Amino acid sequence: MLHGLAGQALAFVAALALAPLLSGWVAQCRAWLQNRTAPPLWQPWLVLHKRLLRETVVAENASPLFRSVPALVFACMAIVCTIIPTLSTDLPLAVVADAVVLVGLLALARVLLSLAAMDVGTAFGTLGARRDMMVGFLAEPVLLMVLFTAALGARSTSLASIVDVLAHRELAIMPSLAFAGVAFTMVSLAENGRIPVDNPTTHLELTMIHEALTLEYSGQHLALIEWAATLKLFAYSCIGIALFCPWGLAADDTPLALLLAVPALVAKLAIGGMLLAIAETVSAKMRIFRVPEYLGIAFVLAVIGMLIHILLGA
Amino acid sequence: MNALALQFIDLLAAVSLLLAFALLIQRRFSAMIDFYATQSLVLVITTSLAGWMTGQRHLYLSAALTFVLKVVLIPVLMHTLLRRLHLDSTVDTVVKLPTTLLMGLLLVIFAFGVARPIAQLSTALASGTLGIALAGVLIGFLMMITRSRAIPQVLAFLAMENGVFLAATGVTHGMPMVVELGIAVDVLIGILILGVFLSHLHSAAPSPGATAREGDGA
Amino acid sequence: MGAILLPEMANWPLLQGLLVSASVWCCLGLIGGIQRRPGHAAHLLHASGAVTAAAVALLALLALPGEPRTLTIDHGMAGFALHFRLDALSALFAALLGLVSAGVSLFSAGYFSTGDDASGRRICVQYHLFIASMLIVLLADDTATFMLAWELMSIASFLLVVTDHRDPATRRAGYLYLLIAHAGALAILAALLLLQVDPMNTSFEAMRENADLRSGSSVVFLLALAGFGAKAGLLPLHAWLPEAHPAAPSPVSALMSAVMLKTAVYGLLRVTLDLLQVQSWWWGALLLGLGLASALGGVLFAAIQTDMKRLLAWSSIENMGLIFCGMGLAVLFSSHGMQPMAALALTAALCHVVAHALFKSLLFLGTGAVLHATGERNLGRLGGLICTMPWVGWLMLIATLASAALPPSAGFVAEWLLLQCFLFTPLLPDPFLNLLIPVVAAVIILASALAGYTMVKFFGIIFLGQVRGDAARACQDAGRWERAGLVWLAIACALAGLVPTVLIRLIDPAVRQLTGRGASEELLATPWILVPVDIDQASYAPLVLLLGIVGTAGGLVIVLRRLYPGRIRRSPPWNCGYEFSSSRMQDSAEGFGQPIRHIFGQIFGIRRELPSPFDHAPHYEVSVRDRIWEHAYLPIARAIRSISAFAERLHPVSITACLMPVFVAMLAIIAWAVL
Repeated sequence: MLHGLAGQALAFVAALALAPLLSGWVAQCRAWLQNRTAPPLWQPWLVLHKRLLRETVVAENASPLFRSVPALVFACMAIVCTIIPTLSTDLPLAVVADAVVLVGLLALARVLLSLAAMDVGTAFGTLGARRDMMVGFLAEPVLLMVLFTAALGARSTSLASIVDVLAHRELAIMPSLAFAGVAFTMVSLAENGRIPVDNPTTHLELTMIHEALTLEYSGQHLALIEWAATLKLFAYSCIGIALFCPWGLAADDTPLALLLAVPALVAKLAIGGMLLAIAETVSAKMRIFRVPEYLGIAFVLAVIGMLIHILLGA
Repeated sequence: MNALALQFIDLLAAVSLLLAFALLIQRRFSAMIDFYATQSLVLVITTSLAGWMTGQRHLYLSAALTFVLKVVLIPVLMHTLLRRLHLDSTVDTVVKLPTTLLMGLLLVIFAFGVARPIAQLSTALASGTLGIALAGVLIGFLMMITRSRAIPQVLAFLAMENGVFLAATGVTHGMPMVVELGIAVDVLIGILILGVFLSHLHSAAPSPGATAREGDGA
Repeated sequence: MGAILLPEMANWPLLQGLLVSASVWCCLGLIGGIQRRPGHAAHLLHASGAVTAAAVALLALLALPGEPRTLTIDHGMAGFALHFRLDALSALFAALLGLVSAGVSLFSAGYFSTGDDASGRRICVQYHLFIASMLIVLLADDTATFMLAWELMSIASFLLVVTDHRDPATRRAGYLYLLIAHAGALAILAALLLLQVDPMNTSFEAMRENADLRSGSSVVFLLALAGFGAKAGLLPLHAWLPEAHPAAPSPVSALMSAVMLKTAVYGLLRVTLDLLQVQSWWWGALLLGLGLASALGGVLFAAIQTDMKRLLAWSSIENMGLIFCGMGLAVLFSSHGMQPMAALALTAALCHVVAHALFKSLLFLGTGAVLHATGERNLGRLGGLICTMPWVGWLMLIATLASAALPPSAGFVAEWLLLQCFLFTPLLPDPFLNLLIPVVAAVIILASALAGYTMVKFFGIIFLGQVRGDAARACQDAGRWERAGLVWLAIACALAGLVPTVLIRLIDPAVRQLTGRGASEELLATPWILVPVDIDQASYAPLVLLLGIVGTAGGLVIVLRRLYPGRIRRSPPWNCGYEFSSSRMQDSAEGFGQPIRHIFGQIFGIRRELPSPFDHAPHYEVSVRDRIWEHAYLPIARAIRSISAFAERLHPVSITACLMPVFVAMLAIIAWAVL
């Protein structure tokens, strides 16, 4: 139990520390692929530090909701990162929330952020809220269906049990995971505001989704929201790793095993980040009207993945 | 080892179905052809694997034939045709895409439900493959219905044929060689006829789908 | 609560107490009806009503774990006595009725104290009769009592709906409601008569005893489904609901949505799982299919509404759909003999019943407060109310999160349990059914995700942003009584979400009564963690989760304050540097519904009028019609109209000619019966 808590704390700290670095790594890879000079790996940390030092400007008509949302969204994302088995599957806090709650927490963060964006009452804020909720209500079922496909195999929605089953069974190939994998990739690109759906580096009004939501935030609030966004990317990467390549986790919860699991995680994240950068570089952003179609495809693929699981697994 | 290979065949069948869906929703002709080639490649791997597992030589031959014909020859021919006729525009669908997708989903459920009792009778390689292959065939048929232009329809037909081959490999260790050869020659001749036909049609009227496309307001 | 079981409690006259409470309500109504100055009396009468409601809740909670209590009031006519029965199922619903109506009555004490005297008097009578009749519906144990109370409930609610009878739209809504309610009541009556085995004994007890003598269960089920489905607003019998709920005064809408719809759930459960002992699998499949259609259809129409009460009414249809999905799963499982799964599904459905009753009454009361303060129900003219009406705004946020099924709220618990049922389906014997289950789960998740979208629209446009109209600018927060009612319901709603194990313990006796199996040992053993089957399979601890979120957020803020003493400055909104910004530049309710109209365009009948870019006075209009209304209701109406036109032409001149055929027919029937 004590070791479990230590592992949990280590995973929490690792998530907070590594998440900005993962975003920095993706940006670096993109820069290399596009023949630009790459920013340093710790650039997101520098940006966070800079924003935290700055003065925070709040709109006059903003309600207390606007001011409390950044910390709440950050807390939701931090808890999401804590309940995903990244280093070991022995997580005492895993009983608090299972896969369905995980999706619920992501939805809670999105709803809070959208409400905050509507709070100031600018055209961009409400536009961003509407678009983000649109992406959200289509993406949420996909993510849940992907998790369900894995959960059916483990007969459990507890993430720790799912990963435990996936990691410790004999080497076997699950055809349903092919569909789930494609659907998951599509939905994580959409949810993290990545290129076919949204462009994290643009501020062009007509196309932006996530940036429009956070337009009114500045200073410490913005720092927290950006940190939360990197945590979200980290969480999605970790879900992907946990479902589709769950090897290299700590076998027991001795401190040594936990510490050895950290480099494995970093290596897997590095490969994942590289793939993300490649995917973003080779594809073009689609029109916003195409996004529902894109997510609809992901939805159908996720459902078929589950069907294949039932067909073959039973 | 054998169990692993069986699962691998199931995985390949799933990938093949995935590619059938990709064909169903793809708008660009050239990408459709590439997806078809990939699907055929998956079929080649499946057939060779089945041959290796069951030790039947003629499956290797079938795989080689599939590779030459469907992975190399037909895609190259189709690409040439596209280039020559400047046809690489978006595909116009008769039915809206989300509706097509939903119909595809229902077909998958239908195919899986139907295949289950049949698959339990079979003692061959991978019983799950039958359902997936049947779904692939039905998706191909759906694509033929929902597309209004010639090239996607032909590709749909070819994808359907891939599904039939997959089912044959999975359930009965492949069809007799004579049948396979016959189908292969048939398909090749069909493609050649299509090429000649389309070239003539193109020189007579600039775009065969022009009238149908006007209705699409999106 | 459920654990308290004193030895002598079995003898307590709880059922009598409940009946006395119902008569107290009736008396309060009568006093209100003859009051000289109903405005002042409203505080006192409605507050006494609230106290009575709290007593009802308490009595029902005490009766939950015990054995069924019965009472027969014989009024001289042999075989036609009034039978009452208080078992776990009716106690659960009665407790819910008490809990919700206590809050609503408190709110009404403030809400109905203004307004003209005549309508105040009338509302007081109808309101209390309405609550009392709902309680009698829950307690009735024979066909006559049940149908009497059911009809009284329908009529009282109809009168409440047409409170504003000078408005033709309200009258139309009322008549539509009355029509569908009566058609439904006929179906229920037919079902109950078919259930009756002994012609002289209409009590439900006799039906239970002689269940094996009966045939034609499926007909009974279909009739009951039609009757109770019409009351529940199940597609395609939903047409009255989005018309009637917005037309009624808000506390009445709250009661109708929160409790009256639930009496339909109660009735269907009573008939299907209690009175009918056999079940076929297709009943469950039918319930599941209708529930799914209602859930998806309801939430899609909710997402595009521009009237706040109509939006909530459609959202009620969605929630009823989800509840029926849970019931369908329960019937499906129990017809295949999987009692533990049936118990889980029924627990999920009843959890949703409780959660929906609490958050929807809160939401409707909130719209009532907004309506009182601004006189405006169109979303497009509201906005920014969280600053002027902080009490209502923040309490509504709790209900909004619950309605959006977000953790750690009450709505999420119900959805979570429902999804667990889908996941742990030990494969059903039917292959097609088996393959359809994931699709059903996917649609349910989609519906609840869309509910999130809808609730963001609802809350964001009413309470956040810039003020859109003049009415919304100068408004005051709700008064003391209103606040008390809202706080009561908000606390209940928050507690139901945070300590779901307590809620499930309360539900458990009813589930045990209907399925023969209760919740698992694990579920009852761990107080803080919700575990449906096994802790390795799934668990959820909302209180810990909330503490985690608040703790992390608070800790973070404190740490950051220490490390970075940044200042906070107020300034005009940045708005991408655009100087001019008016409230009309925010998204309107129509604008927020646009993605839904775009994506699901084929489901709606949309008519759009777009201005040309060169138009000097641009006019934009979009109207969305309900296709079911057009393709199912209007043809029936046309058919009836043509039949009546035909009858008109046959219209004879005198009443003699009119009555003659009837008289002859009567003679013929008597002669046929005698011979």
